[in-house]
Amino acid sequence: MSFISYLINGISLGSIYAIIALGYTMVYGIAKMLNFAHGDVIMVGAYVVFTTVSTLGLPPALGIVLATVACTLLGITIERVAYKPLRNAVSPLAVLITAIGVSYFLQNVALLVFGAGTKSFTSVVPLEALELAGGELVISGVTIVTIITGIIIMVCLTLFVNKSKAGQAMLAVSEDKGAAQLMGINVNGTIALTFAIGSALAAVAGLLLCSAYPSLTPYTGAMPGIKAFVAAVFGGIGSIPGAMIGGILLGIIEILGKAYISSQMADAIVFAVLIVVLLVKPTGILGKNIQEKV
Amino acid sequence: MKNLKLNKIRNHDFITYLMVLIAFLIAGILSVTGQMSSLMEGLLVPLCIYVMLAISLNLTVGILGELSLGHAGFMCVGAFSGAFFSKCLDGAIPDGLRFFIALLIGAAVAGMFGILIGIPVLRLKGDYLAIVTLAFGEIIKNLVNVLYIGRDEDGFHFSMKDSISLNLKPEGEVIINGAQGITGTPNDSSFLIGAILIFISLIIILNLIHSRDGRAIMSIRDNRIAAESVGINITKYKLMAFSISAAIAGVAGVLYAHNLSTLTASPKNFGYNMSIMILVFVVLGGIGNIRGSIIAAVILTLLPELLRGLSDYRMLIYAVVLIAMMLFNWSPGAIEWKERMKEQYFSKFPFRKDDKNMKKEVK
Repeated sequence: MSFISYLINGISLGSIYAIIALGYTMVYGIAKMLNFAHGDVIMVGAYVVFTTVSTLGLPPALGIVLATVACTLLGITIERVAYKPLRNAVSPLAVLITAIGVSYFLQNVALLVFGAGTKSFTSVVPLEALELAGGELVISGVTIVTIITGIIIMVCLTLFVNKSKAGQAMLAVSEDKGAAQLMGINVNGTIALTFAIGSALAAVAGLLLCSAYPSLTPYTGAMPGIKAFVAAVFGGIGSIPGAMIGGILLGIIEILGKAYISSQMADAIVFAVLIVVLLVKPTGILGKNIQEKV
Repeated sequence: MKNLKLNKIRNHDFITYLMVLIAFLIAGILSVTGQMSSLMEGLLVPLCIYVMLAISLNLTVGILGELSLGHAGFMCVGAFSGAFFSKCLDGAIPDGLRFFIALLIGAAVAGMFGILIGIPVLRLKGDYLAIVTLAFGEIIKNLVNVLYIGRDEDGFHFSMKDSISLNLKPEGEVIINGAQGITGTPNDSSFLIGAILIFISLIIILNLIHSRDGRAIMSIRDNRIAAESVGINITKYKLMAFSISAAIAGVAGVLYAHNLSTLTASPKNFGYNMSIMILVFVVLGGIGNIRGSIIAAVILTLLPELLRGLSDYRMLIYAVVLIAMMLFNWSPGAIEWKERMKEQYFSKFPFRKDDKNMKKEVK
């Protein structure tokens, strides 16, 4: 029974990683950049919910909406101010370092506004824990909500990208920016939309993460951000189904590793699995292998 | 013609050496005459460590052209192997000799890890390589945190669980105590040794760049397929650059370990944040520009300290400066604007085209 409960917890954590990884992978696919500040957008979203719900005492639903809106605006602003000027820079590293700068910036603003102390986050999930098999298997409300939210987001996003016009435009821009522009696609608008969706997903991930692990500091987003980045690479960066599979697998491996091998070594195990996968399949599970031409 | 070119290279290197020497003399004089605050004095050895890390990473990122995000991992390996050796032989051999051997051991172990990690990692490309180096860095930090080594009259005991499972005799001593790390490392590092080590690393790296091997490494960076087709052994040269870079980082780690009395592997000193910090030095100083990385490492280490008067806001200002400098230096818009300004105000003076512009024209 304990194995099943670990597995469910793993899927729940994995859903959070998958939601964050979707943001990473979409931005990578379209802008060919690693958005290191993505993890800190999660933290900003969690702080917005914390302020509205715990400090101001407003209803959680309003907090969730506010956090999503705030993160969306933040994502668009970051893209416009820090990344857009560097889109055609000679070195691809330039925009990576700028993203690191943005990450430092967000962390330090949070540090100034909210202080370094740990805030205890009150869960925004009102659901009771579910008891199965005569009380042997207890699944908390947050876990259920996280898994359901994860599934809804993945289905909606897949439908959006494959069926809607804006989603098709995204695929086109990620395939070939120049050709997409010639076909009349608004490239700048599409990239901004990608950042907006990615950041909104980060806000959702942030409040799910802090509902499950209720301690909030300015550095809360950093480690899940890196793990989700690993998940995105694991599944093949740039691929949306890859990010989902990568995220969920990573969550399961982490929880099972913590439970059965060693709690201190959990991170090392996650990274070791990543290395093994990349050595066997160098572009991730669902990554496309692009042949190099002379 | 050939001589002229050689002279140019030598002059360029000479300026780098001279710059380090002058900086060392100024800092040394200030420190000896007591003009320097104790805070700044405490920063001298870390400054040497960061400079060494920056130039060694520049070998991987700038000369070999592969993005590595796990450089702090090699520093961690060097720091722990050097400190372990010093702790074992403390008092058995003269201090100077012991520290010298510790530095060599740190370099050798880190270099060996560089080869071990490099063999699988260097098969990957671009972002995948970056994320795997990051993963290796985290794994090293994580493993060091669960490593327990003790010593008694029976020899060394080793465990991955806790210090009790070492089964030491009562008089035995725990040397590496998991997350508590190594305590009581002799305090051997000094600014002079740091400066000498910077010089040695500079000599190694600059001579490597101008050697036949260095040109082979740079040809891999510029065009891997072309390099392979003229018979350059890609794996060998990639591993060479990667392991030399790791070894120098290991030496920096030994210096770091002997500058503190307690050595622990926390996310702050050996985590990916540190690796990224070193990468920031390299990119701000100019990828592939060794002199630039030295200057960037010095400025960026001093900047948060110089801004200490602004206490809470200093890291915020640091972040803003970082973003602003990147935008100013790298965005095509800003570069164009700078060129226009140059033409408008300085067009009357004859201008020597510097190397950077030449390179761009070739591309």
